Amino acid sequence: MKSLIQATITILVVSALLFYAADALSAGGGKSGKNTLTIFNWGEYIDPDLLKQFEKETGIHVIYETFDSNEAMMTKIQQGGTAYDIAVPSEYMIEKMKEENLLIPLDKTKIPNFKNIDPYFLDLPFDDDNKYSVPYFWGTVGIVYNPSLVGDLDFSSWDDLWDPSLKRKVFLVDGAREVIGMGLNSLGHSLNSLENQELREATDKLITLAPNVKAIIGDEITPLMINNEAAVALTWSGQAADMMYENEELDFAVPDEGSNLWFDNMVIPKTSKNIDGAHAFINFMLSAESGAQNADFVGYSTPNIAAMDLMDEEVVSDERYYPSEEQRDTLEVYKNLGPDYLGKYNELFLEFKMSIR
Amino acid sequence: MNKLSASAKVYLTIVFIVLYAPIFYLIFYSFNSGGSMNNFESFTLEHYQAVFEDSRLLVILINTVIVALLSALISTIIGTLGAIGIVTVKDSKMRNTLLSLNNVLIVSPDVIIGASFLILFTMVGIKLGFASVLLAHVAFSVPIVVLMVLPKLLEMNKSLIDAALDLGATKKDIMMRVILPYIQPGIFAGFFLALTYSLDDFAVTFFVTGNGFSTLSVEIYSMARAGISLTVNAISGLVFFVTVLVVVGYYFVTSRKSKRMEGQR
Amino acid sequence: MQTKTSKSALFPYVLWIAFFVIAPIALIVYYSLLDLHGNFTLDNYKAFFTSVYLKMTLSSFWYAFLITFFTLLISYPTAYFLTKTKHKQLWLLLIIIPSWINLLLKTYAFIGIFGLYGPINAFIEVFGFDPKQMLFTDISFVFVSVYIFIPFMILPIFNSLDRLNPTLIYASRDLGASAFTTFRRVVLPLTMDGVKSGIQVVFIPALSLFMITRLIAGNRVITLGTAIEQQFLVTQNWGMGSTIAVFLILFMVIIMLITGQKDKGGRVR
Repeated sequence: MKSLIQATITILVVSALLFYAADALSAGGGKSGKNTLTIFNWGEYIDPDLLKQFEKETGIHVIYETFDSNEAMMTKIQQGGTAYDIAVPSEYMIEKMKEENLLIPLDKTKIPNFKNIDPYFLDLPFDDDNKYSVPYFWGTVGIVYNPSLVGDLDFSSWDDLWDPSLKRKVFLVDGAREVIGMGLNSLGHSLNSLENQELREATDKLITLAPNVKAIIGDEITPLMINNEAAVALTWSGQAADMMYENEELDFAVPDEGSNLWFDNMVIPKTSKNIDGAHAFINFMLSAESGAQNADFVGYSTPNIAAMDLMDEEVVSDERYYPSEEQRDTLEVYKNLGPDYLGKYNELFLEFKMSIR
Repeated sequence: MNKLSASAKVYLTIVFIVLYAPIFYLIFYSFNSGGSMNNFESFTLEHYQAVFEDSRLLVILINTVIVALLSALISTIIGTLGAIGIVTVKDSKMRNTLLSLNNVLIVSPDVIIGASFLILFTMVGIKLGFASVLLAHVAFSVPIVVLMVLPKLLEMNKSLIDAALDLGATKKDIMMRVILPYIQPGIFAGFFLALTYSLDDFAVTFFVTGNGFSTLSVEIYSMARAGISLTVNAISGLVFFVTVLVVVGYYFVTSRKSKRMEGQR
Repeated sequence: MQTKTSKSALFPYVLWIAFFVIAPIALIVYYSLLDLHGNFTLDNYKAFFTSVYLKMTLSSFWYAFLITFFTLLISYPTAYFLTKTKHKQLWLLLIIIPSWINLLLKTYAFIGIFGLYGPINAFIEVFGFDPKQMLFTDISFVFVSVYIFIPFMILPIFNSLDRLNPTLIYASRDLGASAFTTFRRVVLPLTMDGVKSGIQVVFIPALSLFMITRLIAGNRVITLGTAIEQQFLVTQNWGMGSTIAVFLILFMVIIMLITGQKDKGGRVR
């Protein structure tokens, strides 16, 4: 009994000390000011120095929170409880958030640096006239491969994935849109198809890919490809860039039949309590200097033309990260499929997953 | 007590090696000058330096520990009392119902617990942050404590209580001097596993946190897309060594004390 | 007897059940009756009885069984030997400590260890064998799951073994019972409560494992937990996700009824 009481007291004392320590540590960040900005972003998706710089320039204290999926982020914003001022959803999620009235329209007069964005990436179907969103990073879906392990396949066509020499050598990313979309693309259909017939064909074709599939995985695809655990992987260009940075043998290709063009975008959610601060932050991130610094840190492709002038020539002229306009025209942006078809895509994806055994 | 045979020693050694292998693996790479958990390039301490420069990460670490300790403590108290209550329920149907309800949170995937707690908390009007996270962790740790304490209560010899009653012990005496000391190992087991639950949880915390409050797990999971930085390995390595030191140190200090007391018997 | 004090001990616990168990169950049941557009329907329940989900249920049970079996197989001797070590409480704590390091990090470490170029394959190659594909197999999946659950099984078993009266064993041996008979007829029955408790805290959560199915099994294993995760976070079909959860809870209740303690009150031995 004595030891139980002793243990209880020890825990309480240690917790109190830790409270004190945490308080002392965060006091250094200037938490006292009322002027705060809460940012909701993916982990490791911004150069932390930029946050410090922004705090210094504006005197606004930044609270940085992270999420790991678009859907989880939306649930949090929908339920409220935290005053998020900035969020960074992907494009299909913006359509959904618009439908649910979760976004505040942007006041472009407060974002003069908006002019730095490549017009090619503006006014896209998911957000007409960029009423609610500003692109943050963008990229494609393609194939990372190790040329020394795949013979003379160059993945200029999706059908190369079906090559019998790749038995159990292919990683797929765990996303219904990406995988079913790839199946649709390989048959020349749109990856936003709402035709049951086309979807069926695509799934049947995917099921014939099963023998080649080694695993369907998520973010851990990066360390696995770096380690040459598989020869080929279907993944996003941003992650491909990370892989190639670590493993120079790897190469990246976007097949000619077309693929997906994706965006992560800055938006101001309805929960915002510091709308002016949020605009100031967006403007800050869109400056040429911040854009370049952030793209260097994160390694994804920036839509900021002014920033590209400040970046390493070798990077911005690399067509794997910054495809030519001709190639860009084969790419499609995901449309919001609506709940019924999103369910359908996931059902078909599940059917495909269950066929891998 | 009989000595361990050689084969038993080998067996235990293997179990311990396997249990610690991934931990040493990730600590090993915390000294890697390359940026990731593969291809060891050369030795560096830069990731450890980064830990101490990153006050945000340190605050998150401290928050994680506070939530773990407090939630484990509170859930241990609730769970122990609950288990004591459950054994006294005579009606076996009632008892099975209680036990089934107890295990609902163990069988429910984290996303469901997280989402439903988020709805509950916002409905009741609890501010998301430290309090909501602590409450949620207490909530999902209670069942494991009950399950750890229960077997000790069940095997307790009832004649022990009867004897105490015969000797004129009050109910409080029985609780303090008979029941609690007997089930103490179960209580500690429950506490330690509650710590495990709390430290490991990502999904529930993610949903119920807010207003700048975060734990290490939430940070690590959300890093996955752009790559987990080795700073996290370094911080885990530090936590690991501190924990081992504290546990071993505490053990030897207390066991010496109790040995001295035992010597008088 | 002592019922009154003990009934009041139940109070915070019952409060906990009401707020954190009954209320969420009510929410889950409510959501399970909604379709994608928020209308009341029983379609989700119908959908559960299609081959896809039935297959998933079977495979969840099969893997949960395998995981529990191997966890028990490894944990029982470990707990037994631990009770015989000199600093047993310390060793026990050292069994739990690894579980305090973040699971995702440990899983990444396992990916490295099991990898084609990881330490295990390097070791195999020393003996002249070809590297083996270990990741994304049933074996690696069960291995890592067992790894996660070992402390949860060892603790209750250790506790029940620890207080075992050694004179009982001596008595049994003196009466001419073999070591095995002593174990089967004396030790095992007396530690059954600990084993049951261990099985419950392993089998029940193993039914709803999800992250490991993707990280270590590469989605070659799909459990009900994975399906719920997907329905909530990807499809955002909370109705179907909740329906699967309702079934998980039902399965758990059935398991509890099967393994439930039948006798009443404190046990007299």
